[in-house]
Amino acid sequence: MKKKKILVKEEYCIGCRLCEIYCVTAHSESKNLIKVFRYELGEVAPTVIVEEKEYTTFAVQCRHCEKASCVQACITGAMHRDNGTGAIYVDQEKCVGCWMCIMVCPYGVIKRGVNKKKVASKCDLCVDREMPACVENCPNEALVLTEVGES
Amino acid sequence: MRYVIIGIGPAGMAAADAIREIDEKSELVMITSEEVAGYSKPLITYFLGGKVDEKRMFYRFPWCFEEKNISVMTGTEIVQVDPNEKRVISKRGEEIPYDKLLIATGGSPFVPKIEGVEKEGVFTFTQWKDSKMVASYIVENNVAKAVVLGGGLIGLKTTEALLELGLKVSVVELADRILATTFDKKASQIMTRALQSRGCEVYTDDTVVQVKGKRKVSKVLLKSGREIKTKLLIIAVGVRPNVGFLEGSGIEVNRGVIVNERMETNVENVFAAGDCAEFRDPSTGESTNIAIWPVAFAEGEVAGYNMAGRPVKYQGGVPMNSVELAGLATISVGFTNVEDNGVEILKYFKEEENVYRKLVLKDGRLIGAVFVGDIDRAGIYTGLILQKVDVSSFKNDLLREDFGLVYLPKEYRKKLMEGELKVWLE
Ligand SMILES: Cc1cc2nc3c(=O)[nH]c(=O)nc-3n(C[C@H](O)[C@H](O)[C@H](O)COP(=O)(O)OP(=O)(O)OC[C@H]3O[C@@H](n4cnc5c(N)ncnc54)[C@H](O)[C@@H]3O)c2cc1C
Repeated sequence: MKKKKILVKEEYCIGCRLCEIYCVTAHSESKNLIKVFRYELGEVAPTVIVEEKEYTTFAVQCRHCEKASCVQACITGAMHRDNGTGAIYVDQEKCVGCWMCIMVCPYGVIKRGVNKKKVASKCDLCVDREMPACVENCPNEALVLTEVGES
Repeated sequence: MRYVIIGIGPAGMAAADAIREIDEKSELVMITSEEVAGYSKPLITYFLGGKVDEKRMFYRFPWCFEEKNISVMTGTEIVQVDPNEKRVISKRGEEIPYDKLLIATGGSPFVPKIEGVEKEGVFTFTQWKDSKMVASYIVENNVAKAVVLGGGLIGLKTTEALLELGLKVSVVELADRILATTFDKKASQIMTRALQSRGCEVYTDDTVVQVKGKRKVSKVLLKSGREIKTKLLIIAVGVRPNVGFLEGSGIEVNRGVIVNERMETNVENVFAAGDCAEFRDPSTGESTNIAIWPVAFAEGEVAGYNMAGRPVKYQGGVPMNSVELAGLATISVGFTNVEDNGVEILKYFKEEENVYRKLVLKDGRLIGAVFVGDIDRAGIYTGLILQKVDVSSFKNDLLREDFGLVYLPKEYRKKLMEGELKVWLE
């Protein structure tokens, strides 16, 4: 199975945060950047995190680990690997917001969702797009999509 | 080859998946004494509180077992393991043969000797059926007030559910504070206040000595002399490994079934994992019985691989837990209560926001962490604890508000990003 994977190239990141903006837009209701920032910010938040310290900056999102501790720790079965894409998703209906996944993710890339549902929120590799929004809109190729595994 | 797994909790289910990953064909039988298979135990408090319905209780739906060619025997209590004849025997007298056996029987609630404890209206709370029985008891008896004996995680999660249902709840805890085994003093204090602000009473240094009432509970008497009127008493003072049925089998049991890093017991072809197992770490000789979901899952998986012939070793875990009570999220990882000389404590507390973070360091390494209110990115610290990373060079950054991967040593970060570190508890 071929699996999409986003590589993080910290040496190229300029900290422009476009990835965050396009991530949140891609996961919004309207998919419209201006509307999102006007009306939808209480409903969606980016699942990519930009970190900065002095001259180092990079963006990081769920690594979709080969062996994922969030799946191991999930008490509901909401956190699961999709056999088709190999990626890890949260079933929002199943999640009860116990935050076991936040406790164990060594990347710190699972967040408490901002909307009323209060369930875990993380990168879904933009399931319904060819290219994840963060990668597509990174101006400096600091986020790069590759495919791993055999086809 | 015929695999038999006793117990359908996370340990049993992870083992079954691991076995099927390697061996799709061999016979695989899973046995549980409960009437339902595949549900998630930690969800029973959410079920009581009405947050999770029947369908969402299932971690695995019944047809998932079928799909993987697993035969499931529900309502079947195993009362004997006979390694000489390689079979297990049920209470009904069925003899079930095995080639490889996994004991994943979890734990049972401990019920202290209390006068009148057998009265109606007294429940323990560790199975789905308990949750259903408590729910109907509340309705049928118009219960408006409950007493929960035990201020540990299970007791408090049950308290949360009862509060959710609009009941008044009193928590009674023998220790001098709630959450005493998992959290530190400050966190316990914050959680106590949060519960009190929701109208919950918390009595510490106290316990129930008598259950009063004719056939049903009408009040409980505490050691301190206080009497509390209540129609419902939940006992949640602890869980003990389910190992009684192994007596006479020759399988070595201490608190739990003793296993090595491959989850093998002292008896050939018999493995154990999860809450019923006690992992003896070959590097330290010490043994631990950490009764939490992720550890049960990890041990179950290691057991499954080894049963199916893939040699995998378990590295050991640390106690950890995450729970949201009275609207406050809290996480505790590792050793959070140590106070000996060699230990350094970093912490901060923002009273107005109920935000508290504490880190425990020893010999340059992080050994424990507590988070209340703000749990964001807590897993980064868990990673540092499990990987035993030397944090001395960035110690002063650990409690920064923007602490993240960028503050980690470049080498560690690189390995992490490239997926080279084993973050899976295996
Ligand atoms: C209310 C509650 C809330 C919890 N919340 C959390 C949480 O938030 N996070 C966390 O990490 N952990 C939590 N836990 C603990 C967690 O549920 C356990 O650590 C975990 O379920 C252990 O898994 P296991 O597979 O070892 O055993 P179990 O899940 O206990 O499964 C044991 C299985 O063995 C069967 N069995 C036992 N004896 C026999 C027998 N003689 N014959 C046949 N079958 C038998 C049982 O029926 C059951 O199917 C909670 C527990 C409870 C009760």
